[in-house]
Amino acid sequence: MTRSTRRNLRNGLLFICPWIVGFVAFQVYPILYSLQMSFTDYSGFNEMVFNGVQNFTKMAKDGLFWLSAYNTLYYTFLAVPIGVVFAILIALAMNQKVKEVPIYRAILYVPSILPVFALSLVWVVFLNPKYGFLNQLLAFFGVTNVDMLGDPAWTKFAIVLLAQLGAGGPALIFLAALRGIPAEILESAAIDGAGPIRRFFRIVLPMLTPVILYDIVLGLALGLQVFTQAYIIAGGAGGSGSGGGAGMAGPRNSLLFYVFNLYKVAFQFTQMGYAAALSWVLFIVSVVLAVIVFKWSKGWVHYENE
Amino acid sequence: MKTSSVLPAPTVLKRRESFRKTFAVRLLPRLVLLAFCGIFFFPFWQMFITSVKTTQDLGTYPPTLWPVTFVWSNYVDAVKYIPFLQFTINSFILAAGNTIGAILSNSLIAYGFARIKWPGRDKLFYLALSTLFIPFPVTIVALFDIFARVHWVNTYLPLIVPSFLGQAFYIFLMRQFLMGIPKELSEAARIDGANEFQTFWRVILPLMKPAIAVVAIFAGVAAWNDFLSPLLFLNSEELYPLSIGLQFYRSQHTVAYTLLMAASTLVVLPVIALFLGFQKFFIEGVTVGSVKG
Repeated sequence: MTRSTRRNLRNGLLFICPWIVGFVAFQVYPILYSLQMSFTDYSGFNEMVFNGVQNFTKMAKDGLFWLSAYNTLYYTFLAVPIGVVFAILIALAMNQKVKEVPIYRAILYVPSILPVFALSLVWVVFLNPKYGFLNQLLAFFGVTNVDMLGDPAWTKFAIVLLAQLGAGGPALIFLAALRGIPAEILESAAIDGAGPIRRFFRIVLPMLTPVILYDIVLGLALGLQVFTQAYIIAGGAGGSGSGGGAGMAGPRNSLLFYVFNLYKVAFQFTQMGYAAALSWVLFIVSVVLAVIVFKWSKGWVHYENE
Repeated sequence: MKTSSVLPAPTVLKRRESFRKTFAVRLLPRLVLLAFCGIFFFPFWQMFITSVKTTQDLGTYPPTLWPVTFVWSNYVDAVKYIPFLQFTINSFILAAGNTIGAILSNSLIAYGFARIKWPGRDKLFYLALSTLFIPFPVTIVALFDIFARVHWVNTYLPLIVPSFLGQAFYIFLMRQFLMGIPKELSEAARIDGANEFQTFWRVILPLMKPAIAVVAIFAGVAAWNDFLSPLLFLNSEELYPLSIGLQFYRSQHTVAYTLLMAASTLVVLPVIALFLGFQKFFIEGVTVGSVKG
């Protein structure tokens, strides 16, 4: 190693040392610490008592664990495809050559940066069967008597709808990708007789695939950790909100998502050891799903340099 | 004269053609865009209209899209109903702390990853990027226990200190920006005898203003919008930010809907104002990943 390499190494590490400290203290250490905790009986106050794999065997028999996993996967696999399609539709609309398009673009983007806690509160009113405007809109289309936040069959879909208010963010990335498609390709395809739908599926969509992958990965991560919306709509861990009974996360626990359950186990029931085991399962599932998506994407993502 | 009698036909055709074109190019896109905007705007219309209704007006069924009278005093009542001012100040403190932390730490870290060549750098950078896939809730149980042991629970330390230690997305964003600054600038500074830190501080940092603005805005908004961390780490009311404080409009039996919506309006307004002031930076921040690097 030459002297200048050594100096660069020292300087480089000095510059990034805040990240190293944060990575070790707030990511690596907590993850390892919760691994240790997951093999113990621990309330947060007592000494940790080693109890082997009891937390994990308990999990296998815990109905609320399975319900929360089901709710989360149900939500995620509904929210991700709907989110991708909706964001692409908005991006296509944003790409129209209309003079005042910046105004439309701003209106469509802004909801995505607004606080989810506030949007969730708005949802409590907007979807309320008595006060809410949504039911008026649905009645206009002949759908009546829907209580989306009170009917366990609809609650998760209500949160999927809420998530679509955030579609403006990904739509801007899709828009940037749309702008990157060379006009000559589309023109020559049009001359060859390809109609707009054919052009979209044959040319535009393949060129959007890298952004679709990004949106799927992001959507999966957000879906697996969905919490705030459910917590607020259910009225907190005590469950005083719409439709749920005391201690319920939404009607019939239909909003008991994985992280919501984790939160209740850790901070309402103070079973920190068990909660740590739940954290580790979430960690493994997140990593495995990310790997699966990246492997699967090799079959359909189109990179320009290929 | 013969020709004049055949003339109208092509003109009509042309006119029909041009109408179809006008419709397809000028009218249809606008209708689609307006429909989308309408869908997005509708919940916010509900928020605003509910915030200025009387309780009786709210109770009428079906709900009306326009209030009987605008009750602006709801906003005064909303602010008095809970310690709204205190919560607002707290939210601002957290946003400011996170913004300062994010600017300082991520500009340093990104510089180390983008402008100095050292063995192992790219591997560490990809490691940093991969932390984006670790969901924050995975760490909350252990973090709470750790913070409890060092007596950080119920202080702002767990909510601000991490921002001083870098965040993968902001590192990525600033690194992208720094890679675009010509190498010659750093080399010239080095020839003039500047050490690495001086080069960063005097030459590169002033050029980073656009990237700093993007990170500042994103970090500030993220802190303002954060719900889970304050919920976990704060338990006394005088420390609550707005995200937690807004729960107080809902008690076990009643929900003060009109006041709740007034407060929600007040909470989203600063974010909208920030967007209107710094639109360009928001868009840059969102689309940075799509720039071919």
